Amino acid sequence: MCTVCGCDPAINNEHSNNVSSNEFTSEHEHHNHNHHHHNNQGLHYGQGEAGATVAGFSQNKLVQIERNILSKNNGYAENNRQWLDSNCLLALNLVSSPGAGKTTLLVETLKSLKHQIPVTVIEGDQQTDNDADRIRQIDVPAIQINTGKGCHLDAHMIGHALQEVTLPAGGVVLIENVGNLVCPAAFDLGEASKVVILSVTEGEDKPIKYPDMFAVADLLIVSKIDLLPHVDFDVDQAVEYARCINPDIEVLKLSAKTGEGLQIWKNWIIDRTESLTAQSTPVSVTEDTKYYA
Amino acid sequence: MHELALARSLIEIVDEYAAERHVTHIKQINVRLGEMSAMTRALHFCFSSVAEGTSCEGAILNIEIIPLTVYCGKCDAIKAPSGRYSFRCLDCGMPAHKVITGREMQLASLELFKTEEAFPTPPNVQQSLRLESI
Repeated sequence: MCTVCGCDPAINNEHSNNVSSNEFTSEHEHHNHNHHHHNNQGLHYGQGEAGATVAGFSQNKLVQIERNILSKNNGYAENNRQWLDSNCLLALNLVSSPGAGKTTLLVETLKSLKHQIPVTVIEGDQQTDNDADRIRQIDVPAIQINTGKGCHLDAHMIGHALQEVTLPAGGVVLIENVGNLVCPAAFDLGEASKVVILSVTEGEDKPIKYPDMFAVADLLIVSKIDLLPHVDFDVDQAVEYARCINPDIEVLKLSAKTGEGLQIWKNWIIDRTESLTAQSTPVSVTEDTKYYA
Repeated sequence: MHELALARSLIEIVDEYAAERHVTHIKQINVRLGEMSAMTRALHFCFSSVAEGTSCEGAILNIEIIPLTVYCGKCDAIKAPSGRYSFRCLDCGMPAHKVITGREMQLASLELFKTEEAFPTPPNVQQSLRLESI
């Protein structure tokens, strides 16, 4: 891995079919050069005004473009969102630090929720199928995405994963993002909401330490509350910090271990699927959709 | 390190734009990043590496940082927040529900070299290193 910018050719594994040869080449060459950015011959070319010193040097042209840097990702995200809407599916993007208990929460939630709503889980991790295996063990379909050196899921990856999703209208796609409170904030996946999970074994000031993530989430889940007697975590303070960044954020407190608060979270999901199916007119969704029984 | 993905995304947009217009080299790329955008000046670290072999190779990346502003419903005005980590109106202290500026990740403009022969050859150009890429 490159120690200057952290990049790695492996980051493109997920997209190898779609990576343009140009991009691949640049990545490859990058790893053969010595990172002499100062001596990168290209950087010399910023010198001189048009026609000033070099024969045949035509006038430079400044063009206004005004385009979102993430417009490509956002385009994929919009496609995902349209596909989800047209199939009346709810997608939630679960984000947290590593170890906040996302997978355990999913497992405990789905043990009973799978009997009420059709669900598929998309698991994002740098490596291993461990999380998807945990979900499959409770008879819920799971799709594992390994991001390699990548630190987040992007909308293109989710687009591919959604091709494997066969859910009837009113179903839920739960996306467990890579454990990371920074990068996934920037990447819209086409989800209806981001749900950020903060466990009480972390610091209550995480919302202001990582404001980007808490600013874009619709729901904050304070998890592992069964441990509150043993830690100094101040729940009220954490919620107050989160609302400094995002006054509209909803808050749920639960413990996947004891089940406390779990039903409220399940209801939160069910309410959203119901409002989704009530709002939308189903398009080309058939009753006999191959849903995992 | 998602700056790498963002640098790649930026260069893809510019490269496509250049290809459509038969521009082989870009001289400068001007971007606007909000103070609260998920991207930082670390973009510089990845930019020149990702740019190699594309029309952006050798281009200068200029970053303009856009300050954070929020809309305060009580004052009915756009205000600076009371702190980077508190989206309350600086004047009345009410929580602000809407960020107006500060989340931008925009490619603003490009300066192009129009044709291939217009790309200056290093020996004729007075060489001076631009440190913006670090």
